[in-house]
Amino acid sequence: MTSIDLTWVIGGPQGGGVESAANIFAGACAGCGLQIFGKREYYSNIKGEHSYFGVRVSDKPIRSNVTGITMLAAFDAETIFRHADDVYNDGAIVYEADLEQIKSDEVPTLDKPFKDRLEKRLSSKNKPFTIKGVLEEAKERGVILYPVSFKTILSTLADEMKNPAIRGMFRMLNVLSVSVSIGLLGLPPDTLLRSVDGVFSSKPKIAEMNKHAANYAYNFATAKYQKFKHQLSQIPKNQDTILVQGFQSTGLGKMAAGCRFQSYYPITPASDESVFLESHETFDVENNRPGSNIIVQTEDEISAIGMLIGAALTGTRAATSTSGPGFSLMAEALGWAGINEVPIVVTLYQRSGPSTGLPTRHGQDDLLSAIYAGHGDFPRIVYASGDIEEGFYDTAKCFNFAETFQMPVIHMMDKFIASTVASVKRFDPKKITIERGKLLEKISDGDYKRFTPSPDGISPRSRLGLENGIFWNTGDESDIEGHISEDPENRIYKMDKRAKKLEVALDTIPKDDQAVNHGISDFCVISWGSTKGPILDAIEMLRKDNYNVGFVQVKLLQPFPTNHVKSLLQGVKTIIDVEANHSAQLGKLLNENLDRKVDYYIVKYTGRAMTCSELYESIKKIIDGKADKRQVLSYGV
Amino acid sequence: MASNLSDYKTEVHNDWCPGCGDFGIVSAIQMALAEMAIPRHKAAIFSGVGCSGKTSHYVNVYGVHTLHGRVLTFAQGAKLANPEMTIVAAGGDGDGLGIGAGHFVAAGRRNVDMTYLIFNNAVYGLTKGQASPTLKLGLKTKSLPEPNVNQSVNPIALAIASGFTFVARGYAYDVRQLKDLIIAAVKHKGLSFLDVLQPCPTYNDINTRDWFAGMDHIDEITKKPRPRIYKLEDTGYDPVVHIDSPDEENAKLTQALIKSNEWDDKIPTGIFYKNEIIAPYDERIADRIPNYLENPPAYQEISSNGKSITNISKILDSLQV
Repeated sequence: MTSIDLTWVIGGPQGGGVESAANIFAGACAGCGLQIFGKREYYSNIKGEHSYFGVRVSDKPIRSNVTGITMLAAFDAETIFRHADDVYNDGAIVYEADLEQIKSDEVPTLDKPFKDRLEKRLSSKNKPFTIKGVLEEAKERGVILYPVSFKTILSTLADEMKNPAIRGMFRMLNVLSVSVSIGLLGLPPDTLLRSVDGVFSSKPKIAEMNKHAANYAYNFATAKYQKFKHQLSQIPKNQDTILVQGFQSTGLGKMAAGCRFQSYYPITPASDESVFLESHETFDVENNRPGSNIIVQTEDEISAIGMLIGAALTGTRAATSTSGPGFSLMAEALGWAGINEVPIVVTLYQRSGPSTGLPTRHGQDDLLSAIYAGHGDFPRIVYASGDIEEGFYDTAKCFNFAETFQMPVIHMMDKFIASTVASVKRFDPKKITIERGKLLEKISDGDYKRFTPSPDGISPRSRLGLENGIFWNTGDESDIEGHISEDPENRIYKMDKRAKKLEVALDTIPKDDQAVNHGISDFCVISWGSTKGPILDAIEMLRKDNYNVGFVQVKLLQPFPTNHVKSLLQGVKTIIDVEANHSAQLGKLLNENLDRKVDYYIVKYTGRAMTCSELYESIKKIIDGKADKRQVLSYGV
Repeated sequence: MASNLSDYKTEVHNDWCPGCGDFGIVSAIQMALAEMAIPRHKAAIFSGVGCSGKTSHYVNVYGVHTLHGRVLTFAQGAKLANPEMTIVAAGGDGDGLGIGAGHFVAAGRRNVDMTYLIFNNAVYGLTKGQASPTLKLGLKTKSLPEPNVNQSVNPIALAIASGFTFVARGYAYDVRQLKDLIIAAVKHKGLSFLDVLQPCPTYNDINTRDWFAGMDHIDEITKKPRPRIYKLEDTGYDPVVHIDSPDEENAKLTQALIKSNEWDDKIPTGIFYKNEIIAPYDERIADRIPNYLENPPAYQEISSNGKSITNISKILDSLQV
């Protein structure tokens, strides 16, 4: 059996059901035991702008997207204009046949820069600026075209189901195009129908209607067309697999880790997590009363972090979830949590900045912001997850760090992980440990002092409401009880005490949690966060070409694990820093902390995540000695 | 049964200016806590930044001196996580109505069961006397280079419009009345607001203790000063929304707004508005989470022998392929 690895893309206007369609497709494939890696791209817009969902399917584990499309499903003109050129020469386009006469001028949401590039390309090939022109261009490359009159199918369904309203149900076009695609790709119909059921599980009537439509479109495709060259097939299903989105991983991680309070202000791409938590605000607790999580939507991010700190002072595990602009607003309060040694967790779902930037697009722009945000010297931990699975387990670690070292923890996630849907090993809450550090349950006498000296700088921690545990906190420098003090000797004690905790953190956090050794070689990639997937996939592609490349994934970014990273990179000849930001922010940290400099940089800042394919090309160029010191990747629309 | 007043005092040196109205307020807070006999560990004072921010250090209960303008955010988070706590938030007029105005309005919408005191002296004292949001238009206090060019905000009206369900005004030099108002505010089910007129002897040379006492305001017949401050309760004013009807609510809101506009000659103190028909935030949560008050976030068990005990298997099952 040949191996399966194909990418199916569906596009359409925002609000038109693209996401449901992609979920049906991913669900059907996952239901056949296949591995999924899907990614959603969308504009900062509610309705009408172009959004698309790319689903990569394989019979082996996959961790990233590739460059190019095996099958494009389009029921609107813009999807064809934008993506047809990305379809592989032996790929296919399934599209609404009615669209062929549409001119590029007639699609108002095609922005001018893109339209100019498109028209330049078409005129160089003597093609008209129409869908027909684009499709002819594709066909000449070998792309197979499947023109389907989805609108006719809708009419037929309306007659069949005796429901004239269906004629105008353009949202159903999505289901039809998924079903035609699944038919052409050769998956059995029952998995398709099960997946439709799953996606519309809360609306049984709509599910019925869509199942009927799906069945019709599937049969239509298999009867009318021959099998497409690339086929999907059922493989033995791993019972331990879940299909999960990134924001759900940190949400589930918070629940399992015992987070019982989250305050947040709506922001893309972070708020999905808070909404997920609120929809699961009550839950069962083993051998205990039902538990609950209080989710508070605040008036701004300043309030979000203020409430979070207030909740944390009661001994509650508490968090917030935000993105760059919101995190900037939290900077002052972060310092308050730092000086008062309050354990808080801030989940930072990065997007592309600065300012509002590319608000719905990906970026790893906020590493230095996370490390340096806020005035004054205070300790914090910055910890980055590389993928969805890490997101779950790392969330629990972040709470442990926060409580053990009594300081704010910033958990770095990003838009790429947030809006990825992937098949991963089912999360195991039993693997999560809960370490609450020096949190006190009981204090027997009245001599408690919050900032009592301790060799590790970490004092026993009382909580609001605990008898004999009264303490004071202040944003001013304070004495060991927490009262304002401007005494120079006390200042030295308190500053040293807080700084000491960073040393202790470096000594305590296991080396494998600080930076992960994914293999060391003469050429070694070093990176952080969600570039992990594309890097691992690219390295595997390179291995097939007999190029050996190592990879060190730094997870603990502050305090920086200098010694561990140094020892990992000891024998490495060429260091390649890979990051989704403009200035190579990790590179700056490496150049500052290591005794050597980064040799090559691969960066991407288009707001679109790296594909393993473009990374593969770029690393190969470096090894072949044909690369500039700084490679800039740009694939994706 | 009252507790010992001295139990609620700390030994921290109080560095407010001699004659500052803040002394009266901190005394009233200590007296109120003692009279209500709230166990010290069950109460917390949250404060903003400025002279009033130091209040939390002078009261011997949990004390959290927060950030400029943010006191309500910290206080609400603590109360929601541990609803057993008695929470009193305190801050200045610049803190609460200038930099923190957004939080003031948002807090009103939530109606969390706690108390907020604004120490209202119309100036930014700790930064040497700039105009605060409550300084009247055209006034020139002594450290202002030019008269104030901004309209003043009306804290009572703003609190009512924002949704605070208990709105009152006290006077820093009438400690007994203020103590009673604090007790009423703490006992109120919902978010209570106390606008405390607090003369700043150093920077506000207009709204002084003498000015409030009407020393410049001599009655022609009695030849005695006519105090500006008077008590609403002495006029038969009834601030309470007694029944759940729009007419009743409109009547009580309107009279409170009209009273809040009195200034200069006659300045009312006491309770302007009280509405316990509107559910406090904790009740709204408890409607969704039935055991919220018995098992609030701060007291929930989250682990057993260092292992997670939260059951997320149903959610994971729903994600299973």
